[in-house]
Amino acid sequence: MPSKLNDKARRLSRREFLIKLTTAAAASAACGAAALVFHSGEPVSRRNNKIYTFKNYRITDVSAALPKLAIVHGKDAGKMVRAAVDKLGGIGQFIKPSDKVLIKPNVGWDRQPELAANTNPDVVAAVVRLCIEARASSVWVTDVSINDPYRSFARSGIEAAVSKSGGKVKFTTDNDFLDTDLKGELLKIWPVSAFFHQVDKVINIPVAKHHSLSKCTFSMKNLYGTLGGQRNRLHQDINVSISDIAAAVRPTLTVMDATRVLKTNGPTGGSISDVAQGDTIIVGADDVAIDTYTLSFLDLKAADVPYIQMAEHRGVGTSDWKSLNPAEFSV
Amino acid sequence: MKPSKKLITLVNVRRAYSVFFFTLFLVLLYITDFRHMKGYETPLFLELDPLVAVAAFFTSFTVYKGLALSLLIIIPTIFFGRFFCSWVCPFGILNQWISHVFNKRRAVDDYRTNAYRDLYRIKYYVLAALCVLALFGALQVGLLDPIALLTRSFAVGIYPAVSYISGGIYIKQPLFIGGVLVSAIFLLILAANRFITRFWCRVLCPLGALMGVLSMASVLRIRRDVDKCTDCQRCLRYCHGGCEPQGQIRYSECHLCMTCIEQCPEGAIHYGLSAEASSVHRPVDVSRRRIIETVVGAAVLFPMMRSSVNGKSLPQSALIRPPGSIEEEDFLRRCIKCGQCMRVCPTNVLQPALLEGGFEGLWSPVLHNKIGYCEHNCVLCGHVCPTGAIMPLTVEKKIGKKPDIKPTKIGTAFYDHGRCLPWSMNIECIVCEEVCPTSPKAIWFKEEELRLRDGTLKRFKRPILDTKLCVGCGICENKCPVHDKPAIRVTPIGETRSKTNQMILKG
Repeated sequence: MPSKLNDKARRLSRREFLIKLTTAAAASAACGAAALVFHSGEPVSRRNNKIYTFKNYRITDVSAALPKLAIVHGKDAGKMVRAAVDKLGGIGQFIKPSDKVLIKPNVGWDRQPELAANTNPDVVAAVVRLCIEARASSVWVTDVSINDPYRSFARSGIEAAVSKSGGKVKFTTDNDFLDTDLKGELLKIWPVSAFFHQVDKVINIPVAKHHSLSKCTFSMKNLYGTLGGQRNRLHQDINVSISDIAAAVRPTLTVMDATRVLKTNGPTGGSISDVAQGDTIIVGADDVAIDTYTLSFLDLKAADVPYIQMAEHRGVGTSDWKSLNPAEFSV
Repeated sequence: MKPSKKLITLVNVRRAYSVFFFTLFLVLLYITDFRHMKGYETPLFLELDPLVAVAAFFTSFTVYKGLALSLLIIIPTIFFGRFFCSWVCPFGILNQWISHVFNKRRAVDDYRTNAYRDLYRIKYYVLAALCVLALFGALQVGLLDPIALLTRSFAVGIYPAVSYISGGIYIKQPLFIGGVLVSAIFLLILAANRFITRFWCRVLCPLGALMGVLSMASVLRIRRDVDKCTDCQRCLRYCHGGCEPQGQIRYSECHLCMTCIEQCPEGAIHYGLSAEASSVHRPVDVSRRRIIETVVGAAVLFPMMRSSVNGKSLPQSALIRPPGSIEEEDFLRRCIKCGQCMRVCPTNVLQPALLEGGFEGLWSPVLHNKIGYCEHNCVLCGHVCPTGAIMPLTVEKKIGKKPDIKPTKIGTAFYDHGRCLPWSMNIECIVCEEVCPTSPKAIWFKEEELRLRDGTLKRFKRPILDTKLCVGCGICENKCPVHDKPAIRVTPIGETRSKTNQMILKG
């Protein structure tokens, strides 16, 4: 058998020659066209990331005759939340049927409920139930925890409380952040948990805690938990940061959990001796007023906490909580 | 050959087992996390593994807790032979499947690739070297034990990669230092099946070798009836172990895969006691001379390993061990580098060490606080450790309880004032104080009034560490905004487990 190495190539026919030539011309034209389309002065093609803004979750058409702030004392957190919301005109004032509701408690830490580092799960459960009664189409509960989120939600008792009362816990994973313009003095574009852009109403449920740098972490500070990214830089000007975020996020309702108050060693706590019984729930839409009222639990005055004035100055709310026709009662 | 029409054959039963055990392995490793663990015996495969039990027994003369389960494999092996490798071992099963994918499906290649080769003896020498090292007190079986290797490869390499592609499994993409090295070794082993079928199992696996040795006295074996046999060698074609079923069967290589029985057109092969015309068996293919050479080699290697720096001979600042870890010398006697602790760690702080702890500590767990931190109330790592290198702690024992239970300290944090914002840059911060989990906080601060460059006075909170309260969890280092080289860093000094790695006189 003759060796394959001696095989001879055929001469091209005219037809084959023309086909090859056309193919080559087409290939070079394609290369040229690609170069033309992609030629650029930029080393890397720009990614056109959409920048989101927060919508205003507030309700404007609340009857003026109703109190704007409810302060309830008592032992049964569920009853207290319900009584307070009823005093403000009922949950129907705030949540309309088929609304998507996002609840933002403080679930920052891998701690048991008694240590008051996280929001009381009974309070969260009560709010979830109210939203479901108002026929919200979905009730999500989320936070951007500082400790491991799975552990924080499980050990705070909030995961169990939420699923029992019919809500859904939404964990924010790496990919769930959207760049959002906070339009603040200091905070411009930050990654924000995407769930805030997917809902109609937001209910903020902070827990009253001590904090060494900002003195206290109440409802405005709790909104830090909407942010991802390098949140640890916010401490460098914590007062401006808090008022920026409070001006950017306008929750429908704020339910301040002062059933237990972390008086020292905040915001992590860690010992029962850091906790005092507050036995109080404060509900309203004005976070500045709520934070100002809550100051007394930590023996602070409005003058001690610069961000309260800053937020008031920006028109976030009023520190004169008495002007809101507050209803204070016990159940 | 007429393919068997029956569904329930020995081979099909074996296939069902292999699917079951491989799936079980994946599931158990998948549920090795905070959310799914509940009370399941997640390190089951490592506990069933005789090599782990035997080698860890050699280093420290105890059979730790679940390692007693290895008797479930050891005792049947003594009677029935090396069944583990093709029935139970997830790595053996995986290698078999991969080999099948690479198989060219030509008889001529099958006969060649499934024949016995001299190369297959190597595993016995590997086993001998590892056992001698273990007897001296150096536990290196984890490098080559198939279960430890597979667990590590999946925990550090495959699961994180799956998460990268598809999301899920983790809430935050896990990162592992040198993870790609672990994955690459794993993939190379799988790729070796392209050249020699079940390369790992036949050539290198020390666990397979141990099984071979254990089955020396087995009475039940694969046996060929020499009178019925027509020497067609069909039994050889699909042999798993390369044990020469067509000749004098090498029982120590035989995985009891049962394919030869099914393949034999004459019905000449059976599994059981020897019959009238059964062929003889070949003993384990090792020479005394080579074994002695290996033992001498290992005996020479050991003092060399011990005369180089490790975490015991010279405490290393980067060698922060998980909470509950036993003292470093004992730790190295127990850790099999399986990576279970790294899989279960919720913050990804546990990392496979490179050479921070000396060569012996390769891939043993260390904390890298830039990646994660030790979650204060978490004690999961000690509960999945199969060998007791990390002892299981209760939360109380870990974080302490006043007045009588002292917390378990894994290190101490130190400030780098030159990088700390309030200390050297007149910028407010104290994030470290905020996140410090102890009560009272180990990080406190003093307020100082400082004159700024423009002449104005401003008060700053400057953080200070209380060594007595610091447990070394590293959350301060992890959350420090100066995050490329944090202004507060933890080193293991002061760790509870060590008597020598201490600095303070008054404990």
